[in-house]
Amino acid sequence: MPCIEAHGLRKAYGATVALDGIDLSVEEGHILGLIGPNGAGKTTALNAILGLAPYQGELKVLGRDPWTERDQLMRDVCFIADVAVLPRWLRVSQALDYVAGVHPRFDRAKAEAFLAKTAIKRASKVRELSKGMVTQLHLALVMAIDARLLVLDEPTLGLDILYRKQFYDSLLNDYYDRSRTIVVTTHQVEEVQHILTDLMFINHGRIVLDCSMEEFESRYLEVMVNPEHVPAARALKPMHERQVFGRSILLFDRADRRELAALGEVRTPNIADLFVAVMGNQPGTPQGVAV
Amino acid sequence: MNTQSGATLGSPPGSNEIPAAALPPTPTRPMYWSIRRELWENRSIYIVPLVVAGVVLLAFLIATIGRAIVIVDPAQKAAVLAERNHFAAAVMMAAAFIVGIFYCLDALYGERRDRSILFWKSLPVSDLTTVLSKASIPLVILPLVTFVVVVAMQLVMLLLRSAALLMSGLSAATPLSLEQPVILLYSLVVLALWHAPLYAWLLLVSSWARRAVFLWAMLPPVVISVFEKVAFNTSYFQSMINYRLTGFAREAFAGGGHGSIDSLTQLTPGNFLSAPGLWIGLAFAAAFLLAATRMRRYREPI
Repeated sequence: MPCIEAHGLRKAYGATVALDGIDLSVEEGHILGLIGPNGAGKTTALNAILGLAPYQGELKVLGRDPWTERDQLMRDVCFIADVAVLPRWLRVSQALDYVAGVHPRFDRAKAEAFLAKTAIKRASKVRELSKGMVTQLHLALVMAIDARLLVLDEPTLGLDILYRKQFYDSLLNDYYDRSRTIVVTTHQVEEVQHILTDLMFINHGRIVLDCSMEEFESRYLEVMVNPEHVPAARALKPMHERQVFGRSILLFDRADRRELAALGEVRTPNIADLFVAVMGNQPGTPQGVAV
Repeated sequence: MNTQSGATLGSPPGSNEIPAAALPPTPTRPMYWSIRRELWENRSIYIVPLVVAGVVLLAFLIATIGRAIVIVDPAQKAAVLAERNHFAAAVMMAAAFIVGIFYCLDALYGERRDRSILFWKSLPVSDLTTVLSKASIPLVILPLVTFVVVVAMQLVMLLLRSAALLMSGLSAATPLSLEQPVILLYSLVVLALWHAPLYAWLLLVSSWARRAVFLWAMLPPVVISVFEKVAFNTSYFQSMINYRLTGFAREAFAGGGHGSIDSLTQLTPGNFLSAPGLWIGLAFAAAFLLAATRMRRYREPI
């Protein structure tokens, strides 16, 4: 059974279409990166999956309808929206008490052990913690829940690089065990590239790219072309071309690796570059959109 | 609902992760913890009654004890100390009423304003549990707090009276009758039931409004009253609202609750329970709370 299964998922705010009938299937144990520019429909999709907003179309998460069974679903699903959702008046000890009191799968000892590795004091209120510490607290709560699906919407927004690194390290080392599913949206694509198993680009409420990371690595190649080979390389129909330090970097979809090797240095592109290439070929998207 | 460990076959070596199936779910008490949560966030629920009780005690100390001490004539002194402080319980109930009103206005609005609704909704607590836990604050918790504080306050007053009497060489004050706490409890239950639709209405507006909850809550009754007055030159709606605010007095107490209530014989529970106004009000309260539950599901952070 797929963890998330959607058919024709659609959501419109008045005349603005946020999700334009997307189909989605996320298998259990996968880590899906949902990448798209602001306003592409990522958060709308996640809100639908979490039962936080109504939608049209068919959607099943762990076999349940999220809109009508949110409270049941949340026994098996965890969610970090962005750093600002923990209420500012809440004390750390109260957060632990509350989650332990309402969540059947919360392991308090595990959360305490995680917090012990941080500088967070039990008596502190959320308003007294730094932004990075609030995220650590939220992560401690979430990681102590034995959930089957974890949804992260911009979890590291506004954090400095140390906290961001720690966040994903903890997630991979202490949480992910291959039976859990993780869906993450982020603008810091390069930080999640190495942890993803699947990749999805979304733009204007539509899915523009949907592939596994293995497929991504075998399918897309980037070549730093030696100047004398540029015309030859262009003849192979690259999907995108950019200039770095006066050298041309061309991105190819399903090209022959040996053929490209003759033209220059071949490597796997990073997701951000592919994103720019894919989005650049989309009508109505400005070049160099923030990733 | 457990993932079978077949899916964990590929775990990295050295991983001492316990498979999901091994952990039994721990028992939960969502309603209890939701109410605790409200008390953490809104400490005014018990601080305001305590402060008001302190002020009332101070006033009592000055007005009654202070006055009694300077009086020389023992009979007069005893008379002053025997005066009952009916206003004390009434002041406490008024304070609880005001706390309840302000609590309800913010209850389902504040969590959307500070976006914490996303955190609360990420836990397995239903919207119904949340709304009922919030409704229980003015309907159950505040009356309970008021009861405890008023009884404690009256005990302190009794001790002060007795101390003043004994110091003057008179016999100690007569202890409180058991009737007083019963009357107090009855009054608190009556008030909570009678005002339930009012609190539920405020919770509904609080779950719906994007700003200015108080104004939105006031607007419909004011507009309807003014419209009725201008269009038909009548004021049925206005008198209905007045009945909803103060009608409990004539339904639940003999003599319309005027003057002081000293005896159980002044209570008319049969009359109160058979008043259509009570049941119509409770039906409205239930409808408002269900609407607020539904609204909480639809509303996103502001």
